[in-house]
Amino acid sequence: MTTLTRPAVSVRGAVKSYNGLRVLDDIDFIARTGEVTAIIGPSGSGKSTLLRAINHLEPLDSGFVTVDGELIGVRLYRGRLRELSERAILRQRSRIGFVFQNFNLFPHLSVLANLVEAPVVTQGVPRAEAAARARELLARVGLADKADAYPRQLSGGQQQRVAIARALALRPRLLLFDEPTSALDPELVGEVLAVLRDLAASGTTMVVVTHEIGFARDVADHVVFLDAGRVVEQGPPAEVLVSPREERTREFLGKLI
Amino acid sequence: MTPISPPSAPPAAAEDELSPTLASKKVVPLRHPWRWVAGAVALVVLAQAAHALVTNPAFQWDAFGYWFFRPVVLEGLVLTLELTGLAAVFGLLGGIVLALMRLSRNPVLRAVSWGYVWIFRSIPLIVLLLFLANVTALYSTLSLGIPFGPSFVEFSANDLLSFFVVAVLGLSLNEAAYAAEIVRSGIISVDQGQLEAASALGLPKWRQYRRIILPQATRAIIPSYANQLIGLLKGTSVVYITSLLELFGVVQTQASTNSGQIIPLLMVGTVWYVILTSLLSVVQYYVERHFSRGALRTVPPTPFQRFRARLRAVGVAR
Repeated sequence: MTTLTRPAVSVRGAVKSYNGLRVLDDIDFIARTGEVTAIIGPSGSGKSTLLRAINHLEPLDSGFVTVDGELIGVRLYRGRLRELSERAILRQRSRIGFVFQNFNLFPHLSVLANLVEAPVVTQGVPRAEAAARARELLARVGLADKADAYPRQLSGGQQQRVAIARALALRPRLLLFDEPTSALDPELVGEVLAVLRDLAASGTTMVVVTHEIGFARDVADHVVFLDAGRVVEQGPPAEVLVSPREERTREFLGKLI
Repeated sequence: MTPISPPSAPPAAAEDELSPTLASKKVVPLRHPWRWVAGAVALVVLAQAAHALVTNPAFQWDAFGYWFFRPVVLEGLVLTLELTGLAAVFGLLGGIVLALMRLSRNPVLRAVSWGYVWIFRSIPLIVLLLFLANVTALYSTLSLGIPFGPSFVEFSANDLLSFFVVAVLGLSLNEAAYAAEIVRSGIISVDQGQLEAASALGLPKWRQYRRIILPQATRAIIPSYANQLIGLLKGTSVVYITSLLELFGVVQTQASTNSGQIIPLLMVGTVWYVILTSLLSVVQYYVERHFSRGALRTVPPTPFQRFRARLRAVGVAR
């Protein structure tokens, strides 16, 4: 794939502390349009925090995030970054899809209602049109027959595929995945990764926090390795995952195999 | 104690008896004779109690029949229902507002809500009602206007606060404090991830609550709130001290003017309270069932559906 496309996501000087602990310690990071960027690293390295900072679920202490050149969650005012109103932040989020580790489907709504809710409320799409598109998306993730089921009637893998369809229903310009297969039984991981591969092949811009090194090697265009809130190493998967330059990366990959 | 014998092979004779035809026969389940005995004892005690209730002339069942549908009793019943209904609505609305205040990020709202619940859970309902009934001693006029500034409208407290208004106000203030805690417990029982998912989808704040959080919280709220409602229904009997004649007030005053009738009159009150409480329990069952959508893999059948299924099964068996 092209390597010189403009950045879809740009993170600059991201710092975030919890009770004096620097979870993000001055991180710079770029994800390019149409590419899959994988974020890997040991637990507690700040990868989920970084991902959540991209759609302002996790506000930064300092530094900033842009998506397609637009500041997220803040605006520049008299030389300083000021937090946007809740309403404005919600509007920005409605074009950034987010898929959670624990799916977080709405259990009291049918699968179809889960998909229809946000486009109707946040984008004013007519209900019938949203429902038709929702059925298309369910077919795309292989769940056309589950539109009327409730989330708890589905397996974990099916629930995660619904969650991906729900994120796609907003026609996002960017999809963020937070360890999308970590809560799944091993035999269900494959069906979710297959959907991710399909999305990647269609040129969707994706940032994926993952423990699936095989997936990162096969599908990602760019891999970022985080440790202790810092970017240790980044580059194409063939470099970072196959012949890493840094000792810390080698150590981490060695533990996984 | 008998020593545990080491495991040994079953006697050869027993093995011979285990013929292939035995495998096709049903296993005889263990009998439970003591269950029958316990059931029989309970039935005898129940029958005795029923017998005592029916045959003891002191219950004066003819008087009970006379009073049960008396207009004065039915008027009291209607008043009880009105008080319960109004206090339930105002109490729940107040409780939702207080719960949201308590969960807000504004420390002032949190403190005010906490203070309200603290005060109104501490004051006995009967004391609160007497305070309100005597509020004219504290404030003779009530006014609408700018806080600490001029007022636009003034009311005489006596005109505004009829005994009915006092009763509804007192019950609602008290009810709101308890409802607040029930609603709050329901809201915090909903997984934090639900709010995160809703805000990641960009749903507006009010929509997050109305469409995502409250329907799920309601499921957790219903059992405790039904309890609270039943308590309220019976709690309305306290307002008789403000000389408002609801069901219990009627029973009480009629008993004092008709000597020797207190037992049948108390039975009339009791039976009406039991009927109303039973109705509330039925409503609770169906509301709970409605809100279990998605929480259970299959919604359980209603008692009516179960009854019909059983009838059908009997029909098939025959």
